Amino acid sequence: MPTVTLTVNGRQVSADVDARTLLVQFLRENLRLTGTHVGCDTSQCGACVVHVDGKAVKSCTTFAVQCEGADVVTIEGLAKDGKLHPMQEAFREHHGLQCGFCTPGMIMSAVDIVNRKGAVDEATIREELEGNICRCTGYHNIVRAVEAGALAMTGKAPARQAAE
Amino acid sequence: MYPFKYHKAATVRGAVAILKKAEEPKLLAGGQTLIPTMKQRLASPKALVDLAGAGLSGIEQKGRTIVIGAMTTHAEVANSAVVQAAIPALAKLAGHIGDPQVRHRGTIGGSVANNDPAADYPAALMALGATVHTNKRKLAAEEFFAGLFSTALDEDEIVTKVAFPVPGKAGYVKFPNPASRYAIVGVFVAKKGRSVRVAVTGAGSDGVFRHEAMEEALGKRFNPKSLDGIATPAGNLNGDIHASAEYRAHLIGVIAKRAVAAAA
Amino acid sequence: MTVTAIGSAVRRKEDHRFITGKGQYTDDINRPGQTHAYFLRSPHAHATLKKVDIARAKTMPGVVAIYTGDDVAADKVGGLICGWMIHSKDGTPMRAGPHPILAQGKVRYVGDHVAVVVAETLAQAKDAAEAIDVDYGVLPANVDTAGAQAKGAPEVHSEAPNNTVYDWHIGDKAATEAAFKAAKHVTKLDIVNNRLVPNAMEPRAAVGEYDAGNDALTLYTTSQNPHVARLIMSAFLGIAPEHKLRVIAPDVGGGFGSKIFVYAEETVCVWAARKCGRPVKWTADRTEEFLCVAHGRDHVTRAELATDAEGKITGLRVKTIANMGAYLSTFASSVPTYLYATLLSGQYAIPNIYAEVDAVYTNTSPVDAYRGAGRPEATFVVERLVEAAAREIGMDPAAFRKRNFVSKFPHQTPVIMNYDAGDYKASLVKAMDMADVKGFGKRKREAAKQGKLRGLGYSTYIEACGIAPSQAVGSLGAGVGLWESAEVRVNPVGTVEVLTGSHSHGQGHETTFAQLVSSRLGISIDNVSIVHGDTDKVQFGMGTYGSRSGAVGMSAISKALDKIEAKAKKVAAHVLEAAEADIDFKDGQFTVKGTDKSVDFGTVALNAYIAHKFNPQELEPGLKEGSFYDPTNFTFPAGCHICEIEVDQETGVASIVKWTAVDDFGNVINPMIVEGQVHGGIAQGVGQALLESAIYNKDGQLVTASFMDYAMPRAHDLPSFDVGMTVTPCPSNPLGIKGCGEAGAIASPPAVINALTDALGTENVPMPATPQVLWQVIQRQSKMAKAAE
Repeated sequence: MPTVTLTVNGRQVSADVDARTLLVQFLRENLRLTGTHVGCDTSQCGACVVHVDGKAVKSCTTFAVQCEGADVVTIEGLAKDGKLHPMQEAFREHHGLQCGFCTPGMIMSAVDIVNRKGAVDEATIREELEGNICRCTGYHNIVRAVEAGALAMTGKAPARQAAE
Repeated sequence: MYPFKYHKAATVRGAVAILKKAEEPKLLAGGQTLIPTMKQRLASPKALVDLAGAGLSGIEQKGRTIVIGAMTTHAEVANSAVVQAAIPALAKLAGHIGDPQVRHRGTIGGSVANNDPAADYPAALMALGATVHTNKRKLAAEEFFAGLFSTALDEDEIVTKVAFPVPGKAGYVKFPNPASRYAIVGVFVAKKGRSVRVAVTGAGSDGVFRHEAMEEALGKRFNPKSLDGIATPAGNLNGDIHASAEYRAHLIGVIAKRAVAAAA
Repeated sequence: MTVTAIGSAVRRKEDHRFITGKGQYTDDINRPGQTHAYFLRSPHAHATLKKVDIARAKTMPGVVAIYTGDDVAADKVGGLICGWMIHSKDGTPMRAGPHPILAQGKVRYVGDHVAVVVAETLAQAKDAAEAIDVDYGVLPANVDTAGAQAKGAPEVHSEAPNNTVYDWHIGDKAATEAAFKAAKHVTKLDIVNNRLVPNAMEPRAAVGEYDAGNDALTLYTTSQNPHVARLIMSAFLGIAPEHKLRVIAPDVGGGFGSKIFVYAEETVCVWAARKCGRPVKWTADRTEEFLCVAHGRDHVTRAELATDAEGKITGLRVKTIANMGAYLSTFASSVPTYLYATLLSGQYAIPNIYAEVDAVYTNTSPVDAYRGAGRPEATFVVERLVEAAAREIGMDPAAFRKRNFVSKFPHQTPVIMNYDAGDYKASLVKAMDMADVKGFGKRKREAAKQGKLRGLGYSTYIEACGIAPSQAVGSLGAGVGLWESAEVRVNPVGTVEVLTGSHSHGQGHETTFAQLVSSRLGISIDNVSIVHGDTDKVQFGMGTYGSRSGAVGMSAISKALDKIEAKAKKVAAHVLEAAEADIDFKDGQFTVKGTDKSVDFGTVALNAYIAHKFNPQELEPGLKEGSFYDPTNFTFPAGCHICEIEVDQETGVASIVKWTAVDDFGNVINPMIVEGQVHGGIAQGVGQALLESAIYNKDGQLVTASFMDYAMPRAHDLPSFDVGMTVTPCPSNPLGIKGCGEAGAIASPPAVINALTDALGTENVPMPATPQVLWQVIQRQSKMAKAAE
């Protein structure tokens, strides 16, 4: 079995894995980081989105062995020192989640959108959320959350205030 | 998924060596099509050769040609200042493949080697008259693509880069499948001097194809109106639950016009 | 300390765990020594099982056990039940075939459960499943709803001749026929309500565990109603008696009805856990979810509306064939009958209604309640008929509606329902204002200049929620009561735990329910926790579906709070040394009338437990009360949705440019959460109208069995929604709540199709109105226009 060594949420981890282990399985089963979810088999739904070397990817469509030496951040690693990431804060403030299942992937994608594009408008957010499916919210409040989270991340407004 | 042996190649030569000796090997580029297929047990390679470390990534301009390494991701192509300046239609095409996460991992080499009949890149290669470089040879796009999911590649042959001549103008418009977001119809038009090429993806029952009647009409006058009245026979087109062959034939006309209008 | 008022948009208490990845969904649960189950499923829609040979598979690496229908029969495990008895016109009970948890002798749809492999790893279980040797005697498949009863159609169950489960009717046939004879105008529509796959983002999952020391079983499962699951597994399947079976539904990632039902997989997991002595885990992949979750809708209907010379509706007549799939799912029989035909009066005063419904078996996945359950189908029929009738008789569709609205309450319809309160005109008028209907003509002309066809469609819907009272639904065939339970436990320090039989899988109960307690007891919302989803903690409950948690579940909490308040007053009287009758309770303070003496709720709670100040022979110590609340009537949320849509004539692509919703949900506890429910409902309804369709080919293969082929609404398929409200409090429950969970999904499909039929100038626009479908309609229209020239 190949050995894979990578950094997950700032912590170096190493394990012998069956080569067919997907990154999402590695996170959920080896590391018990169950915040990353699996909602489909065809790389459509985005519940499994994590950041690999700073970029959003679908962890259900990535082998763990492909991540040798990579820096992986999951939903569990987004808050720092007990303080929520502005995008997490914005999702709560704008009711951008209901059942919560798509939420980790949605938030990881949203952070990635802002990392790439800065403060984004509604049309861009809707287009950029192409790879994330939510069945609960109708996306209305997700869009509001990403708008506010983007402003907060880019220093234009705190996520909380933006809701008032 | 069935078990397989994982190999990581440090060079193209190393990858070829593994391909030659491994049992039922397959190359792993971005994996965005291959991995879902393996998960559903529809593909069962006994070995995977990962090209991520083989030095095949990068974009450069060589005179009037844009050369893109096989392991360059769709996101890198979409965001490349070089591609955006020289062939904006190609950057736009890459920026609409799959979704942002898929674009972070999916590669041009993987896409062309897979030759999915609904993939976007094959249309660009055909319309722009691109050349596919392999470890063995150089192939014109038209020689390279050989029908549904098949190419001219030998078993131990690896796509290393794709070279796109810079056109005068080019445009790409995709009509996506509402579920998978693959192209139901995608039309790439490219004008270089007086020659115009029109390549259609998503629609042909034999994969990407060039639309000669449209090329001829646009060669006379590069304007959406030139395409008025040019019908596409439905006989060789795909039909499925999302789009019948007749609807696809109709869409080719509409989308081609829009691609011409969008050409820059 | 802040008290959270009813009506405040307080942020959700449960969100912290979800946004930090700390939710606990069933697949996140792993038990020591756990094994993995994989189901070998039928690749054929209809076949006899000539041989199921597991001998070789059993020897495969990692295999713990393999079970088939023979093992189920040997253990005398009962079949899955349908809990609502419907009688046919002739009085005979519905004809239901057996529904074993593993197939016995025959498979009846693609995905039907042939065997289960339990192995150390999932991959090993799959490998072994591939090694099971099955000899299928393939039979012709019956997949067409409308043709299921045809002569010679393949028979799904021998118990149901002509594949007819029941032929049921409601209403006065003779009076309705007379109304049609006397009508000035009759509008006729043929309607197909497309089959949908609920597709909660969390696929179904289960972990069964056996505690040999206590001979007790625990099942973790993705359920909207764990107590009902336990009841069925105990009473009908004989898995274990209720006191030996604990069912836990932890965080559940959406349900929309699909997780109400008791399915084969979770039953097998808990049964197999005892048989093999190891925890057994199963999680559906998305394709399994597509194949084996209960689907929704799938009606074929002929509908007619009679109007008089003044544009008043005089009669409505419907004949519907409802597809049940291959087996009757848990509540399947009630959906096209009491949840459908009883809503055919819509918001209108219709004197005569007659509906006939045939339920048919086919070789497809079972069909059961999906968000709205029967009511979207009814609303689609009524709102399409009304729109078409108005156009045919040359009346403005809004004016036609106003002329026919029910305006006096209570209103008895000819189909059981007694509407208790509403103001239908108010929501229509407000929605028309918000949607700027006046400016539509100008917008339509401007769109036309861009080659776009613009249309505007109304849907003035009504629904019946909080199905009740139990006595009434019992008389209609329901196998269960439809009350809800609550227990309020006040801790000695004055914090509160509420145990509820409702189940939250996205609805935000942990917040809204706590909000009610906070405002009633005058304590911080942070000092209230809501406990649900565990049969060992909550004594009994009916679960969450049919938009019942607010109207029924919260009413039960309210009733329990009444009792808490009454007892706390007794304790406070002793603490304050005053007569009980002189104690007032407000804002968390007990006061003595006419004095400045007061004591806070926490102190009273403490005194209830230390019991120093009263005689325990007269007043029991402690502060804990429960309630079983059974409502007096259904509730009737209603409202008006207006869709404005644009169609690209060249491609057939429809884009919703504006969506206005004005709903009357009665009193609202948390408007933020209620609006979120509306948004989500609209999205699912728009999905039905424009994108989604479960398609079987003639062999019974589900062609749309993944997100590659089944189009789910994505962010760019939808606009932002303009949501408003009107309020007529519900008189049938103490909180005046009507329910909001399904309204959006009920209201929206006809709004979309009415907008499209307006844009395209034809009533013949099927769902889903995909670009291809709309392009075909445009082609047909232009051909007809040419022919007319």
